[in-house]
Order: sequence, then C-alpha cells, then structure tokens
Amino acid sequence: MTLLVTRRSGVTDGVGESPLRPDGIPKLKGEFTYAQDLTAEGMLWGATTRSPHPHARILSVDISPALAIGGVHAVLTSADVPGRPTFGLEHPDQPVLASDVVRFWGEPVAVVAAEDEDTARRAAAAVQVEYETLTPLTDPEEADRIDSVFRRMRVRRGDPKISGPVVVEGFYEVGMQDQAPLGTEAGLAVPDGHGGVDLYATSQFVHVDQEQIVASLGLRSDQVRSHPSGIGGAFGAREDVNLHIHLCLLALHTGQPVKMVYHRSESFTGHVHRHPARMWYRHHADREGRLLRVEARIILDGGAYASTTAAVLANACYFAVGPYRCDSVSVDGAGTRTNNPPCGAMRGFGAVQSCFAYETQMDRLAAALGMNPLDLRRRNALHTGDPMPTTGQLIETPLPTVEVIDSLAAIPLPDPSDDDPLPGGSGLTTEPRHVVRGVGYAVGIKNLGFSEGFDDYAQARVRMTPRGLVVETAAVEVGQGLVTVLAQIARSAFGVSTAEVRNVDTSRIDSAGSTSASRQTQVSGGATHAAATRLRDRILEHFDADDLDDEGVRSGDRIIATWDEVTATVWEETVTFRHPPTSPPDPDGQGVVHADFAVAAHRAVVDVDPELGLVRVVRVDTAQDVGKALNPESVRGQIEGGIVQGVGLAVMEELILDEGVIRNPNFTDYLLPTILDAPEVEALLVEQDGSWGPFGAKGVGEPPTISSTAAIAAAIRAATGKPINRVPVRPQDIAL
Amino acid sequence: MKVHHPTTLDEALAAVEAGAVPLAGGTDLMVEVNFGHIRPDHVVGLRRIGELSSWEDRRIGAMVTWRTVETKGPKAYAEAARTVGSPQIRNAGTIGGNLGTASPAGDGHPFLAAVDAGVELVSRRGRRVLAWSDFFTGVKRTARQPEELITAVVLPERLPMRHAFGKVGVRNAMVIATVCAVVTRDEDGATTAAFGSVAPTPIRAPRAEEMISAEPKPTESALAEFQRLVSEEVQPITDHRSTEAYRRHAAGVLARRLLERCLR
Amino acid sequence: MIITFELNGAPASARVMAPVSLLDVLRDQLGLPGSKNVCEQGECGSCSVILDDEVVCSCLVMAGDIEGSTVVTVEGLGEGLNPVQEALHRAGAVQCGFCTPGIVVTATDLFTKRPRPDDDEIKEALAGNICRCTGYGAIVRALRGLAEVER
Repeated sequence: MTLLVTRRSGVTDGVGESPLRPDGIPKLKGEFTYAQDLTAEGMLWGATTRSPHPHARILSVDISPALAIGGVHAVLTSADVPGRPTFGLEHPDQPVLASDVVRFWGEPVAVVAAEDEDTARRAAAAVQVEYETLTPLTDPEEADRIDSVFRRMRVRRGDPKISGPVVVEGFYEVGMQDQAPLGTEAGLAVPDGHGGVDLYATSQFVHVDQEQIVASLGLRSDQVRSHPSGIGGAFGAREDVNLHIHLCLLALHTGQPVKMVYHRSESFTGHVHRHPARMWYRHHADREGRLLRVEARIILDGGAYASTTAAVLANACYFAVGPYRCDSVSVDGAGTRTNNPPCGAMRGFGAVQSCFAYETQMDRLAAALGMNPLDLRRRNALHTGDPMPTTGQLIETPLPTVEVIDSLAAIPLPDPSDDDPLPGGSGLTTEPRHVVRGVGYAVGIKNLGFSEGFDDYAQARVRMTPRGLVVETAAVEVGQGLVTVLAQIARSAFGVSTAEVRNVDTSRIDSAGSTSASRQTQVSGGATHAAATRLRDRILEHFDADDLDDEGVRSGDRIIATWDEVTATVWEETVTFRHPPTSPPDPDGQGVVHADFAVAAHRAVVDVDPELGLVRVVRVDTAQDVGKALNPESVRGQIEGGIVQGVGLAVMEELILDEGVIRNPNFTDYLLPTILDAPEVEALLVEQDGSWGPFGAKGVGEPPTISSTAAIAAAIRAATGKPINRVPVRPQDIAL
Repeated sequence: MKVHHPTTLDEALAAVEAGAVPLAGGTDLMVEVNFGHIRPDHVVGLRRIGELSSWEDRRIGAMVTWRTVETKGPKAYAEAARTVGSPQIRNAGTIGGNLGTASPAGDGHPFLAAVDAGVELVSRRGRRVLAWSDFFTGVKRTARQPEELITAVVLPERLPMRHAFGKVGVRNAMVIATVCAVVTRDEDGATTAAFGSVAPTPIRAPRAEEMISAEPKPTESALAEFQRLVSEEVQPITDHRSTEAYRRHAAGVLARRLLERCLR
Repeated sequence: MIITFELNGAPASARVMAPVSLLDVLRDQLGLPGSKNVCEQGECGSCSVILDDEVVCSCLVMAGDIEGSTVVTVEGLGEGLNPVQEALHRAGAVQCGFCTPGIVVTATDLFTKRPRPDDDEIKEALAGNICRCTGYGAIVRALRGLAEVER
C-alpha cells in the first residue's frame, strides 16, 4: 500500500529538508494578497443584517429604509434566493437568509450592497425586521431528552456486563472554543457578464463552496468559479459557507463586483465553533491496570444547524477510549440541535473533547491502582495490528503509541529556576512562595483524512516547463505550508530541484478536498507524488532515458535532451488520488471507518498559584507520530502552534453564552494566548515507514491540539489536587 | 467631519465648549467608533498641547502616556502602567483618557484612590481639582462637565512610604483586570487599600484599612482579618469575565499579599 | 477635511469625511494593505505602525488627528528584507502571515531602539502581537538569533 519511491539524489529542497516558504517574503513585506485586500473596478461593499435573537419568528422584513439610503444598490432577503434556499456542508439545513424563523443569535436575515463599507453597514442596520421572540432551547441535555438531535451514535463492542475490581467514573465538560483565525471572513465576487460569477473568498474547500453556491443561485456548475484565495488562518472555521452565497447573490443582482469583510465581532457569529461537550465515563480495569470495559456517554452541542456535527460526534465516539486496548466498549453519543451558535469543524474535530475525558479517567485509574500514569498507558497502549477498541477496525498502518510515550518520557524534566516567569505575569500577583509546580501527561489519537465511506480524493496536475515543475491544485494553503511541501514532494518524486505550486480555480481542476482533517499532505501530496512519478516515467520511456536531473534527461552520463528540448511539447500528468477506502459503520458503530491514524503524547509542566487560581504553562513537550517528516521545520511549526491552541483551551479560550447570546465576541474578552503565555516546547518526531501518504508521511496538523489540553489539565490537577473536570480551567475552579 | 489640532489649552477648551469630543490617545474612543457605537463628527485632538504632556513634580499632565508612567511614575503607579493593554496601547493611551473613560476596570484608578489623588478639570470658566472619590460617579461616568477637559492628575504632597500594585487576570499580559488593587502603608502604620473591577467605580476598603492601620506589626491573624474584611467590603458582580465569589476572594488575597509586600 | 502627514518618508494626504481610523485610510485610500485589520480594538497588534517614533495600533488612531505626524508602515521598511524580516523568514516564523506585518513593524522598532534585546525584552515588546498559527516559538527563535548576531 505504501507509495514507496526512493528520494532522488541530487535534488535540492526535496522531502526531508526544510526549504523556506515561497510566500514568506511577500507576507513579511505586507505584499501578500489576502481575500481582505482584494479590490475591483466599480466594486461595491456588502454587509449583513443579523438576528439579535437566538430564537424568533420573523413577522415582517421592511427593506425600504435601507434602500432609501443614498449609495445603496441592493437589499436582498430570502425571497431573492433563486435556487435552493438552504446550504450546509453535510445536510443543507441552514437558510441562505432566514425567512420565517431565526434559530441562532447573529443569523443572517438580509444582505445589502452599497458604494462603500460604511454605507453598507448603515444600510444593513436600517433593515427593519419585526420579530416575535420564541423561547430558545439552549441546554444540550434538555435537547437530548426531547430528541432534538442531529445524530445519535451507538458503539457496542464486546461484553456489556464485564466489570473489574477497579472502577472509576467521572463527568467532564469542555467549553466552546473558537478557531479565531486572525483573518476574518472576507471575499470578492465578480460577475462575468454572462450570468456567471467568480468568487475569491476565505475557504478551506473551494469545490464544496462552489457546489453550494451553484445550488442556491440556481446556476449551471460551469457558471460559478471559486478561486483559492489568500487566507489568514482557518483551523476549521472556513469549511462552511458563510458569506460566499451572499456575495454571489449581490454580485449577480447588481452586476457589479461586491466585496465583504466581516468585522471581528461578526466573525464570531459568522463561523462555526468547537463543540462544547458533556461527557460521562466509567472505566473498569483489573488489578494490573488492564482496561476491561469502558462506558461513555457524550453530548456535543451542535447548535442551530447541522454543519459537521454528525461527523464531529462520530469522531468523539470513535476515539472515546483513546489509543488503548479494550475489548468491551459501549459509547452513546448525541449531537444536539439547540439555539446556540452552530458548531462544526475545529482542529481535532471531536477527538479533542473525548481526549480530555479519557485521559482524566486514565489518571484517575492510575491513582486508584497506585500505578505510574505512564506505565498504565504503556500497559494498555494500542499497537499496529490491534483492533480499534471502539470500531473493531484492525490498525494496518504504523501506530507507535508506546514509542511516543517512551520518547516523551526521555525528554528531561526542567528544574524549577529563579528565572521562570510567575503565574499572573505582569499583574505581579504572585511570588515564588505562592507557586506549586505540577506535571501532567496525556496521549491522544485521531484519524487522518475523511472517514465513514466519504469519497475522499484530491486531484493534482504536474507539468514540466522550461523553468521547472508546476504543480496545479485547488487545495487551499491556509498558512500551514502546503505550497512548500507539495513542491518538495514534486521535486523528490520527479527528480528536479525547481518546482512551484499554483492554485487554480474550480473550473480548471477537480477537487482537492478540504484543507482539514490533517489530510492535504497525504491526499493532495499523494496526488502530486503520483502525478510527478508518472510524468517522470513517461518522459524517461519516451526518450529511452535511464535518469533525469536539473539539466535534462540522461542516458548514462550523457544528457540526451535538455528541458528546453523536452518541453517543446506539453508534458503533464493529472492524477486523482484516493486513500484506502472506508465504509459507514454498522448499527453498533463497527467497521472500517478510518483510513489512517496518528498518535501523540504531551507532557505539561505548569506553575500554579493555587490561592488565586492562576496558571502559568511553563513547558509542553511532545513526541508525535508523523510517519515521515517531509518538512521538519513545518512540522515543528504545526506542533508549536497546535500546542498553544491547546494551551488556550486549557486555561483561557471560551465563548461565554447567555441564553444563546455570545457575551464575549471580541478579542478583549475572548482571550488568545500571547507570547508571554506560550510555553517552551520540545518536540520529538517519531518516524515509522508504512503509511500510505507520500514517502510514508502522515498528517501532522491536528495531533498537537488533541492531548496538549488534557496534559495541561492533568498538570494543574497534580499541582492543586483539585478535580479539574472542566476545561478551560478558570481561576475559580482552582481557588474556590 | 471636523478635527481640531490645537496647540494651546485655550483653543482646545473653545473647541470643547463648541461641542467637540476630546480625543486623547484614542485607545478607548476609537474602539467605540470601530464598533459603531459612536460616530463623533466634531473632535478635538489634544496631543499637541505641550502643557498637557508635562510632568511637574506631583502634577502629571493628562496627556502623559502609560509608557511614560511605566518608566518614571511612583512605584505602584508604574506597576499599574505596565499592565495597561499592550505596548502599543501604552504608547498611545494616556492617564487623562483613562480617567475620562472611567471604566470600573481602569488599571490606573486604584493608585489614585489609594493615595487620595485629585483630578484637575479646566473649562473656560476656571480650574478645579476634584478628589478622586468625587470624580468617579458610576460605570463610565464622571463629574467632568461637557465643557471641561481633564488636564492633570494631582498627587498628594507626600506619598506613603510603601505602595504596591497587583492585578489578577486570566492571561499573563494584555488582559482586563478581574480584580486590581493598590495597597499603601506608611511609617506610622496608616494603610490604604483601593480596588478596581469590584464595584461601579474604584473603591477603598475603609473597615479593613482601619483595622490594619491600628496594627503596628500585623500578626498572621491580623493579616487574615484584613483579607477577610476586604473580601466583605468589595462589591463585585458576576459577569462574563468572572464571578462575584471569585472576585471577593481574589480581592482579599491580593490585598493581603500587597500589604505583605509593603511590610517587608 | 484633508489631512497631510509624512508616510513612509514621503508627503501624503488623505481626505477624511468620518471618524475613521488611520488603518482604514492606509488600506482603503492610500493603497497600503500591508497593515491588517483583525480586532479593531488594539488587542492583536496586526495593524501596528510607527507613529511619530512609537509603535501604535493604527486601528485606534483617528485619521483626522494625524495632521503633521510621521507614519511608517510595513511597506515603508525599505527594499528587500530588513534583518528582522530576514530572521523571521529563515526561522520559519511565518505561517498564515496575517500577524506578520504587525510583528515585523513591532520587532523592527524594538531592534532600532535596543539592538541587543534579551528574551524578556523580546517577549515584552511583542506581548501585544497575537499570532494564532506559530505558537510564537519560531518568532522567539528568530529574534533571539538576531539579537545574538548583534551581540
């Protein structure tokens, strides 16, 4: 199954090296064009009228006050949506514009286009909507009771009655985290003059946007082209449509280009969030610490519309036991439908929430057994060839659970030092005598790529030109470095040192799938690898050559054709790559539902001021299963960035809801870690051959966020003796 | 849209009397503008008026920035200044602007309350100095009249011998205070304790102050009683940033620690 | 009203009809989109510019009040890469890049005023610049390395 190709010698900036980003210099000089920066001749600005209620009936919408404002070109409501009135990533249940009922705070009701941004916003505020407020359903447990759910999951494996001498149980909560990418939602739609439209907007998945736009605009597929655009971060926030259909509607309605940029507070309502979770767990073990049975009930609140709740819930349940062997498992999950803000994809995709619960359980179990927590994890560690404890799927790719634990444990622990920054930071609350240090561990597992039978593929085109290889793809670079690594893969697979990646729109290439699920290096990387390899083979065969290099194609030590000569005709290959097939689960949640897995282990060292409940995360060390690190510096960047997002969820990042209304939709009160909150990180990359990714690579983006939060919570627990059954950990959870 | 750029106080006062909104560092006002809450079309910028940026002994001009207080202010005031927003905010934000906004969480207020500072207000009719306690009247409300400008902070003739600032926040930098406090202690034992983020305005804890001021060498139990009284006297609420119970607790702990720092 | 000031070493003027920010004027009127609009409340540093020799958030500067001032944006740091930009590039300190212009401006100002900052000074100076991608590790390594070279 491995696409094993020897790395070509003589290629510079190939796989295993860390070439500098091709987009680094323009980004450093402020010259890189993001969706926010786009302009067009005759451009109008769009703005959105949003519901001030989490649940209400729309009695009337009067657009005339908005239209009366000078400079306003269009005010559109649900009646102006020519095609399918709803959209959705998995189920089209969300109105493009609400018509009869609004179901969450900030739901779009109307959109306007005007000659400048200020006028557009004033016009959006001038749209008069009469509401009859309805009682919002905001308690996910109540939603579960009345069966207001998007999906229920049931996993049953093994003996449902077995118990053991040691039983630990607990209840765990995870708050609602936001991806908070620095670039807000933005886009520019340009009508083509023939009834079609080109869209340049923030997205992680341009083809799925395009399908939804086509449906709601009632156009032919070839009339809508969605272009990958410059993006200021994503982390899951850009999988769902938000302003995309609105922009295309406004552009086609006015016949002019229309630009829209969400403000920060609007961005907090304009994209989905990480699902808040409530989880009940019971672990049964024997006296040696072997897991005999794990029972779990998991409620993830999906909020008002489906988004990816069904898949996120499934993931939380599939990874409910963690990277541990266990023959008897029962998990019941519910993804609830409420009037809270819609939740969907965020880095870790369900695996984050259950990791916090199962790793806390593992620590409790270790305490109950009097065992070292790492020994308990080693004893139960899941290996290649084992069945997944939940689905029963045999793990066929390398799964170095023990190796990541052992590698992590070998990193020396730091001694407390006088130079350590204190909890409370510049607030000067804390002196060294107030500080207690704690150390905590956690191990996490997640799938790579799409699951449950989703047709997960990516297309890439590789062309040889006189100036080197060109890789064409619709895969979106969100900052992670895809443009760097695809070029590396092309160089190493083909055998020349010059390659560049070009993004092309939906009309010029088939889908690359979403930049999510840690999948692009494996899937678009797999397509690039296959296309480059085939192109090489075809060229060698055509010229009856036995090698090629930066000069041209060779026979022995003789160049028989230079690249200028070779590229006198077009040499290109287009390949659609699919990962090993998966299938939907059976009614007991059993089956081959995942294509690949990755594990990572984290160790957090925290200094806590228990009396004030203040925490300083000193360091988070990690060992991560990466298959093969194609660009070690990029991998390190993913690890450090993912860990700091884990720090955020552990100690500060939470959207606070009050009856469905977000109380902190701004960066004053939704706190992101600063440079003074970021821990030192040592990262060890555990490489093992055998994954189906190019050169054996695994996806690396999500594992850093999965167990880092749980490790920090464990360290706080170790320092304070408090139960810490909820993240983010708030000062009052420690101090009171 | 009209923005005045006066270089003298008289010109600025004329503009304010004509209805111009005073603009200091902009770090509060522009947030309101950016979020669409206000839309002033007549503004007077104050940063070119030399006398407002001067610092003469105990009279600190209103346009002195937090960056300057950080480097040359009295110890507890400098400590407070260092926690105001980010370096960028401290480069722009001023002590007068902070007073004008009068946020309950204003980091500079507890120092002024703890040392009984005054706020100087000037209009074309004259100059007055209000005690801090008369200046703050409610959440983001002050005794400044529309035609007046905040021109200076006036410190007392003598500062207490020891003073210390502390601020509890969830993040290690750039955070709104959950509680902030200044405690002062003089040679004769006279102690003051002032707090932010635990009431609509900055407040003192008079019962705690009285109790601990009578203790020349506070014992462990006196410190505990001081902490308890502070927790009782503050008047916090529960909101999206914290809970009443935690703020009471943290105010007491912080006050006690700051007092211990003063006693050392 | 018309505002005149010095922008990136050259005279500039802008027509200001509303209480807009310097950031809006730079991006929408003067064709300088390098400074980024992220939070609009001085909580992220992505719009940092040097105003009269101090780093400030341009989103919180009222455009109408910069008459006669001197403004330097990321676009005004000169041809090619300056040492701060070069160090950030080499260390892999750029991912999505949205925070990058603000970090470049802030760090350039730091190194101009203190060519050999220690780790604490680096972190203190950048405490107002949020990065959501890198976790700051590569940023610290880049600037620490630059400070060492300066030593």
